[in-house]
Amino acid sequence: MKKYILKRVLISLFTLLVILFVLFVLMQLMPGSPFNDEKLNDSQRAQLYAKYGLDKPVVIQFLTYVKNMLTGDFGVSYNISKNTPISELIATRLPISMEIGFFAVFLGAIVGLILGVIAAIWHNTIIDNICTIISVIGVSVPSYVFALFLSYQFGFKAKIFPMLFDSKMIMKSSVLPSIALSMFTMASIARFTRSEMIEVMDSDYMLLAESKGLSGRALVFRHALRNACIPIITVLAPLIVDLMTGSLVVEKIFAIPGIGSLLVNAIQSNDYNVVISLSFIYSAMYIFIMLFVDILYGIIDPRIRLSKEGS
Amino acid sequence: MAKAQTKAASVVPFDCSGRDYEPVPGDFVLKEYGADSELDTNFASQSFWKEVRKKFFHNKGAVVGLVFLCILTFFAIFGPFMTPYSYSEQSAAHNLAPRIQGIENMGIFDGSETMTTTTGSKKYNGYAEGKLYDTFYWFGTDKYGRDIWTRTWTGARVSLIIAVAATLIDMVIGMSYGLISGYFGGKTDMIMQRFVEVANGIPRLVIVTLLLLILKPGMITIIFALMLTEWIGMSRIARAEMLKLKEQEFVYASKTLDAGSFFIIFKDILPNIIGPIITQVMFSIPTAIFTEAFLSFVGLGIPVPQCSLGSLISEGYNSFTTHPYQIIPPIIVMALLMLSFNLIADGLREALDPKIKEG
Repeated sequence: MKKYILKRVLISLFTLLVILFVLFVLMQLMPGSPFNDEKLNDSQRAQLYAKYGLDKPVVIQFLTYVKNMLTGDFGVSYNISKNTPISELIATRLPISMEIGFFAVFLGAIVGLILGVIAAIWHNTIIDNICTIISVIGVSVPSYVFALFLSYQFGFKAKIFPMLFDSKMIMKSSVLPSIALSMFTMASIARFTRSEMIEVMDSDYMLLAESKGLSGRALVFRHALRNACIPIITVLAPLIVDLMTGSLVVEKIFAIPGIGSLLVNAIQSNDYNVVISLSFIYSAMYIFIMLFVDILYGIIDPRIRLSKEGS
Repeated sequence: MAKAQTKAASVVPFDCSGRDYEPVPGDFVLKEYGADSELDTNFASQSFWKEVRKKFFHNKGAVVGLVFLCILTFFAIFGPFMTPYSYSEQSAAHNLAPRIQGIENMGIFDGSETMTTTTGSKKYNGYAEGKLYDTFYWFGTDKYGRDIWTRTWTGARVSLIIAVAATLIDMVIGMSYGLISGYFGGKTDMIMQRFVEVANGIPRLVIVTLLLLILKPGMITIIFALMLTEWIGMSRIARAEMLKLKEQEFVYASKTLDAGSFFIIFKDILPNIIGPIITQVMFSIPTAIFTEAFLSFVGLGIPVPQCSLGSLISEGYNSFTTHPYQIIPPIIVMALLMLSFNLIADGLREALDPKIKEG
């Protein structure tokens, strides 16, 4: 087990380095420069380059860059809010994004599980069909369409929830974005749970449990759901990542001051430093989640651990 | 190959020890498919595909998906030609609500919309105000007076082309990668799989976004960027299938006949795993449409005046509280497209899975 964890951690660290390298190369290739102001003359531009260390050899730039990124020093924003340290920009925005993301995962996972279990118990009936239709719609409609729909119905027309994010009532204005974001997670988990549950319910040990005289709740929850949950954990990791990307657009629609809308603004105003730093943060979160789920999966299911160690 | 030959030699049933005959490569020559050779088509794969087709068309959802997809594709090809307007032609008739011949007499789609202002709401008909009595915009017009019907179907066409092209390229890359990695095994497999693990750790959307910031947005660059997103899943499936099949008798038979590795991989094994691959393609296309729509929303999509479903939705988003009819057609078309691809993929997966019995 230790060997397996160590291997996973090493691969993750290596991946992080590769990402840093890719980001660095991409930054070199970005079109134009952040100092495209026509009022600047050549010497002023050179001064600015020197100030931001852009005049040194590429290797040195890369090494300082890696050091800075890993210590949380992301440099300053060029365009969005001039000369503000990016770490400061992010620090105020990250908690809001995390909160909404957490709500969305929680909501999506719970509702998805319930829908999936219901569909599996009443397999091949009308209830199953309704659950399937809900989940197919959930994976077929982009989250920002849900966001638009919700903000139109409940924000603009019914005025139950604020249409745009209001920092005075964070809880209330997080409701609609969280629901919009959770739809895809919910639908995917529902689909996956359904097929897993149907497979588990067909298995021999369920037949045994049933012939022992178990029935109803104990059978479904203690025996079937617990075994079906193991593979569900694996789909949760990519779903959390999908959620991150979904959050970019949803945050923009609800004008939430999170890191997603910051990234969109940075892309639109060519603020490379911010784009690169946020890409790094997203990548780091992604790698961490993947690592966490892989290790968790290894702990829960010994078959995976053993087969991976064997190969 | 060397390993395979020794294995094949060791199972020769004759006792050759008494004779001094050394097997030479010319002993077994692979016969070219020619006029004098016939393929055995009576058995094997034929009945399998028949079964798959039967199961697929038994699945109501899959059939509905297929029908929807056919209709949508039909309109994506011919829809723009059904109106006298072009997708980029601007006119003074801007922000007109949908109006359709015939149906307008029933009180819906008559070109009127309810305007909500601070003084209250009132019914407004842009056609009557502009004296456009013989003009019909089936889906209305946008703020530049462009016909939304034409733009929606042109956008659907662009989105479909991008998604299908990107997914097909992905399929070729991912499939070849997975098959080669699985077939050769050992060190090759290890190195190739480490690479996949690292590549899988990189959030694709971040890279795609950055790439499009550098390259000039356009159809080709978007296809190129999307290409990077899905090949990993495809390669995993291809590799897993390869590991299942490569120990089978027909592969050994082919090896005994001195077939080359690439012949075995692409001619012998590939036709046997095409089912799961097609299913994965069907699941990948909606993802590509999703990603393209996201890029459009962020402002990295198809450049104006061209349009895709994503860019139409993000245009309509700016006025969706005042003129909701502008955003509804692209959203419905996109949702239906995704829905039909998902339904078809589900149906295919169930039809191809031998574990799932009919019933």
